[in-house]
Amino acid sequence: MEHLLQPWPWYISGPLIALIMFFLIYFGKTFGMSSNLRTLCAIGGAGKKTKFFDFNWKAQRWNLIVVLGAVIGGYIAHHLLSVPTNIELNPKTIEGLSQLGFENPGQTLLPAELYSWEAALSFKGFLILIIGGFLVGFGTRYAGGCTSGHAITGLSSLQLPSLIAVIGFFIGGLIMIHLLFPIIFG
Amino acid sequence: MKFIKFLLVGIIFGIVLVKSEAVSWYRIYEMFKFESFHMYGIIGTAIGTGVILLFLAKKLKLNNLEGHLMTVPKKDKGLFRYILGGTLFGLGWALAGACPGPMYILVGTGVFSILIVIAAALLGTYAYGVIKDKLPH
Repeated sequence: MEHLLQPWPWYISGPLIALIMFFLIYFGKTFGMSSNLRTLCAIGGAGKKTKFFDFNWKAQRWNLIVVLGAVIGGYIAHHLLSVPTNIELNPKTIEGLSQLGFENPGQTLLPAELYSWEAALSFKGFLILIIGGFLVGFGTRYAGGCTSGHAITGLSSLQLPSLIAVIGFFIGGLIMIHLLFPIIFG
Repeated sequence: MKFIKFLLVGIIFGIVLVKSEAVSWYRIYEMFKFESFHMYGIIGTAIGTGVILLFLAKKLKLNNLEGHLMTVPKKDKGLFRYILGGTLFGLGWALAGACPGPMYILVGTGVFSILIVIAAALLGTYAYGVIKDKLPH
């Protein structure tokens, strides 16, 4: 039980994620979390104006159930299966973050400098969350998948398009952290 | 009750991603800084295990629940959509510190400001659907 309550090591978590993908394929489906964003747009009526959202979203209900489960799983893991622990960050990471103005790195899952309501509803903070989310939603559909669809499923099935997409993920991530963060948070 | 298995898979997915700290903004930041092995370990062992499982499924001609051979959908051919779309996704992933799976899971952990990111991601998806035919794929 004690092990369960502590953070899980990568060599346990990684294979478990592969099993999740495997079971969804065994169920005759696929592992792709970003598809739900398209489904939600379709449910909201986007299909009336735009062909891309005019599809039988009812066939995607199973994936929304996975999302519901993920929310419940997040609640269980965070509130029932965890003891308060800090994320063990490299001292170099903590120093780099404090130079960007982030205090107490690793004491919460997300930095208060971005996700506390005070920050999220400030002009700059709101803009950061909106732009970040917009890029994720736009980019993942343009690329035809996200971390689950390309990095896990696509690479596990040795597909070249997924490798190109994951290289893209890293180009974008490296530009953001190394070139843009010092400007945004400097 | 055919949906219960999907609910269970989702619950396990949520638990694993919280317990592995992969839902943390800080873990994404340090990954792109190359200052920790943690995320590379998770993604690497996930892919390694996935390759073996899918190889075995193919070799043993395993059937899925619907009685057909287990297969992974083939991605469309293309270059621009993967490199450009991937880069835009990466920019957002690093900034918000969350990709689509963790976004939902974080709602469960009680960080409700993530709903702003989810709403913006829906808007981004919608925008793509609208201008899709004008983009190189």
